[in-house]
Amino acid sequence: MKYVDEFRDPELINKAADEIRRLADPNRHYRLMEVCGGHTHAIYRFGLKDVLPPNIELIHGPGCPVCVLPMGRIDDALSIAENPDVIFAAFGDMMRVPGTNGSPLEHKARGMDVRIVYSPSDAIKLAKTNPQKHVMFFAIGFETTAPSTALTLQRAKSEGLHNFSVFCNHVTIIPAIRAILDSPDMRLDGFIGPGHVSTVIGCRPYEWIAQNEHKPIVVCGFEPLDLLQSIVMLLTQLQKGEARVENQYKRVVPWEGNRAALKAMAETFQLRPYFEWRGLGFISQSALRIHEQYAEWDAEQRFHVPGIRVTDPKAAQCGEVLKGVLKPAQCKLFGRECTPENPVGALMVSSEGSCAAYFNYEHRKNALVTSLNAPA
Amino acid sequence: MTGEAKLGSSAPKIRFREPQIEMAHGAGGKASRRLVEGLFAPFFFGGSPEPLGDAAHLEINGAQIAVTTDSFVVNPLVFPGGSIGELAVNGTVNDLAVSGARPETIVVTLILEAGLRTEVLHAEIQAMANAAQEADVRIAGGDTKVVEHGKADSMYITTTGLGAPLPGIQVDSRSVRPGDKVLLSGPIGDHGITILLARGELDMEGDLRSDTRSVFPMVRAVAQAAGPGVRWMRDPTRGGVATSLNELARDCGLGVILFEDSVPVRDAVRGACELLGLDPLHIANEGQFLTVVAPDLADAALKALQETPGGEAARIIGEIRERPAGSVLVTTLYGGSRIVDMLVGDPLPRIC
Repeated sequence: MKYVDEFRDPELINKAADEIRRLADPNRHYRLMEVCGGHTHAIYRFGLKDVLPPNIELIHGPGCPVCVLPMGRIDDALSIAENPDVIFAAFGDMMRVPGTNGSPLEHKARGMDVRIVYSPSDAIKLAKTNPQKHVMFFAIGFETTAPSTALTLQRAKSEGLHNFSVFCNHVTIIPAIRAILDSPDMRLDGFIGPGHVSTVIGCRPYEWIAQNEHKPIVVCGFEPLDLLQSIVMLLTQLQKGEARVENQYKRVVPWEGNRAALKAMAETFQLRPYFEWRGLGFISQSALRIHEQYAEWDAEQRFHVPGIRVTDPKAAQCGEVLKGVLKPAQCKLFGRECTPENPVGALMVSSEGSCAAYFNYEHRKNALVTSLNAPA
Repeated sequence: MTGEAKLGSSAPKIRFREPQIEMAHGAGGKASRRLVEGLFAPFFFGGSPEPLGDAAHLEINGAQIAVTTDSFVVNPLVFPGGSIGELAVNGTVNDLAVSGARPETIVVTLILEAGLRTEVLHAEIQAMANAAQEADVRIAGGDTKVVEHGKADSMYITTTGLGAPLPGIQVDSRSVRPGDKVLLSGPIGDHGITILLARGELDMEGDLRSDTRSVFPMVRAVAQAAGPGVRWMRDPTRGGVATSLNELARDCGLGVILFEDSVPVRDAVRGACELLGLDPLHIANEGQFLTVVAPDLADAALKALQETPGGEAARIIGEIRERPAGSVLVTTLYGGSRIVDMLVGDPLPRIC
């Protein structure tokens, strides 16, 4: 498969791994944060920790939109969908995320009209084929998915579609990175920068990380070779004592981002003064709400929203894991009360959640390293 | 799934305590297993079942009989490469085949929704007759029920199959040993992804067909070539190869190591899986089978498979090791590895 196979080529991967071993100072411990949940998933899926030297520690960042969404938002949206005239439409990875009284999927089994869509335009289609119902699309994601929600809002307006609205949970990545850097218990050497988000916002918004915080950041793709190459680029900078923004994912990410997407977002969204993030608390200007000119398609304006605030179960340490302070397996509930089948926190649900990735691909593996080395 | 009944024990120990049935309970993954082992097995098989196979092998008045049953609720009814009728015959034929039996006879139950067009039913009955002829099985009888319009999605089919155990092979997960090889008959994921695309919800197109077919000719070839060396067989339908191999790992208490680069997957399936974030190892198949063969007979089994029409793409995809006990580990050529678990939840409901 083009654009995939060449980035999974064992020979090239081994070469990059050799280069990493050559560059890494054995007397130094490197703490690199992959911001994006997609990277976390890829690191576990391709078993990349097995090819990295032990003094390179990858810290999982906050870039999993499902994971950082506080439970109250799900409760709010589900309370709107209790209305039998409302169809709740969301991406598949939202379906098993627990609300206080169960996930959207559990609500569906109890009779709520819950539909999985693969894009917001599918939700528009749903609204057109169900004119007697109201379709509420549960929008979630960083700048990666916000443009498609923006275009969908524009389309709903231009087509005069009145039985459709968006429950907007879009968040922005830069304030989250700032919150991580402001956190006193976090010492990082550099960032593996978000790939898909950067296709929209470009690389410039990261420049303060290099200039003010003196940390290198490399915008990175999602294949094994992308990740290893980005680590090579970070180590090269660290070895020279540099801190720059570099773009490893040039085949997809333009330095200036996607102007058309940013324009659509500016027209349809406004910054919220503040928004609550799981684990990181309230962060100012970190999320998007729907622009006043699109109020008719804003579920939060159209329906009564209870504004539910729920604290995470006390024993669950999602926040610490999200900030990278704890590894998934260090959480008291990991693998016992909290599993992909019976998730307590969203990090165990989304494929981009570090707990789910760790549980699915890595858990139980530690005990078997010897078996891998044993003769066949 | 079918197991051998042992009656006469006291009150069954019910471990299934979930408040309601979810789609995942029918998806063939972990939730299905909890339901079968936690609610059905305690009542039907007296608590401690034999490892649950694809068909039960019974002795009735001295005659050896293999029996299995399966229901089909696929949506849409017709898809590239097949239809519900064809699936209903091949699915049951394959459950018999991988239990180590020659499929002989099928009985059919139809649940029809009032309002179903006769030409739709006609086409499916014809598809069943054709599939039965191709698989060399007889359709011996059946039953028909009709429910009110809106109470069923066009039609559901249940087929029950009877077969004759093949002499000289014993399919039992408990006979699997470290060093045994894992063979796969051909490319995976075709059926699941075909159905997904055929629903037209994704605005994606691909040149794919369901792989629905009888796997009995291939099973027979392996049995003839490797007879006593054949330890275990399974057709990886719902939940895919990963779920079947996890069941094996749990039942035999050993580890299954898969060589990722050896698992055949068509580009169209890989592409769709990449886009949708699915793992081809979790996608359903309707015309492939997995077998575990003793190491000294594995090459002979592979050769026999590859020489059977439809088995040309067969590969050795992995092997059994002591560890990771009870788990499936996928390894890559560059030395990375990951655990692959059973399917959790149900990304693609109603695929068969």
